[in-house]
Amino acid sequence: MSNHGRPLSPHISIYRWPINMTTSILHRATGVAISVGFVVLVAWLFAAAAGSEAYATFMTYMDTMLGKVLLIGWSFAFFFHFSNGLRHLAWDTGYGFEMRQANASAWLVIISAVVMTALFWWVRA
Amino acid sequence: MAEFTLPKNSRVTKGRHFAAPEGASNVKRFAVYRYDPSSGDNPRMDTYDIDLESCGPMVLDALIKIKNEIDPTLTFRRSCREGICGSCAMNIDGDNTLACTRAIDDAKGDLKIYPLPHMSVVKDLVPDMTHFYAQYASIKPWLQTRTPPPAGKERLQSKADQELINEPAACILCACCSTSCPSYWWNSDRYLGPAALLAAYRWLVDSRDEASAERLDDLEDSFRLYRCHTIMNCTPACPKGLNPARAIAATKKMLVERKF
Repeated sequence: MSNHGRPLSPHISIYRWPINMTTSILHRATGVAISVGFVVLVAWLFAAAAGSEAYATFMTYMDTMLGKVLLIGWSFAFFFHFSNGLRHLAWDTGYGFEMRQANASAWLVIISAVVMTALFWWVRA
Repeated sequence: MAEFTLPKNSRVTKGRHFAAPEGASNVKRFAVYRYDPSSGDNPRMDTYDIDLESCGPMVLDALIKIKNEIDPTLTFRRSCREGICGSCAMNIDGDNTLACTRAIDDAKGDLKIYPLPHMSVVKDLVPDMTHFYAQYASIKPWLQTRTPPPAGKERLQSKADQELINEPAACILCACCSTSCPSYWWNSDRYLGPAALLAAYRWLVDSRDEASAERLDDLEDSFRLYRCHTIMNCTPACPKGLNPARAIAATKKMLVERKF
C-alpha cells in the first residue's frame, strides 16, 4: 500500500523462489486447469450421448497434437493437485511444518505427480 | 487483488556507481536500492565496489562502511547489530533477513539489497512500518484476565505452560516473515500476516490468558486469518528460527476443534 506518493518496494520480481512457493502457485494453477478439464470431460460425455458420429468428431479433435498435449496437461494437473491436496491435509492436522519436512514433501509431490502421469499414460497405451 | 508489476513511480532505475579505491584486492559489488523522497525521482539501484579486506564480515558492516566512507546519504535502520532488535530487516540476495546476522560471504557474486518487499518506502532501505505495527496492536498483545488474581502472589505458570510460549514470544517483530508472504503482499490491508498471527497464537496458548474465545472470534475471518494458504515463505524467512506457519496452522486447528 503506497501512500504519500511513496514508492512500493519490489516484491515478486526480487524474491528468491523457494520450492514451497512454487508448489503453492502450482496448486492454484492446477486447480484452475482441472476445472477447465472437467468441462472437456463433460463435453466428452455429451458427445458420447449424442451418438457415434458426434463422438467420432470429438475424438478426432482429441487425437490432434494439441488435444493430446491438453489431455496430458490435464492429467498432470489432476495428479499434482491430488498429491499436494494430501500434503495440505497433513498440514491442516498440524504435521510437516519443519522446513526439512516441508521441502522434502514439496519434491515428493512433484515427483509423485510426474510418476502418476507417466504411469497413467503408460497403462492406457 | 494481486498486482505483479510495480506502480509507475516505483519502477527501479539504474543508479550511480562507486568504484573501489586504488589497490583494493578483494572487491565485492553491492547493489543497493535507493530512494530519495526529496528528489521526486524514481527509486534507483546504486552500486558500490567494496574492498572486503577493510570491511567487517556481515552485510550490516558493509552498509555502515558505505555510509561512513563512501556515501553518507545512504539511509537504513540498525541498532543492536546482533539479531535482537530486528531493526535492520531487509531483503538481501532475495531473502528477507537481518543485515547484522547475514554474512557477506553467503552471497555468490554481486550482493543485492532491497527494502522489505511490498512496503511503502520512506527512504532507501527504510519502509513504513505503521500498518504492520497497527496489525500487531490489533491482536491485543497483552494478558487479558477475567478472574481476580490469586491473593498475595502473581498468576503462576507451570514449566510446561511456559515452554508453550517460549518460541512464539521470541519474535522480535522485524517483519521478515510478513513481508515474505505473497498473501500479505496482495492482501495486507485485510490479512494480518504471519508476524501478527504468531503473536496472536502466543496469547492463545498462554495458560494465564482468559480471553481465548474472544481472540479466536476476532481471528475467525476469511481475510484476517484464512488468507494464509500455507505458502511457507514465512518460516524460512525468520531470522530467529521461529515457525509462524506452524503457529497459524495450530490456530486454524483451534478454530475447528472448538466447534466440537
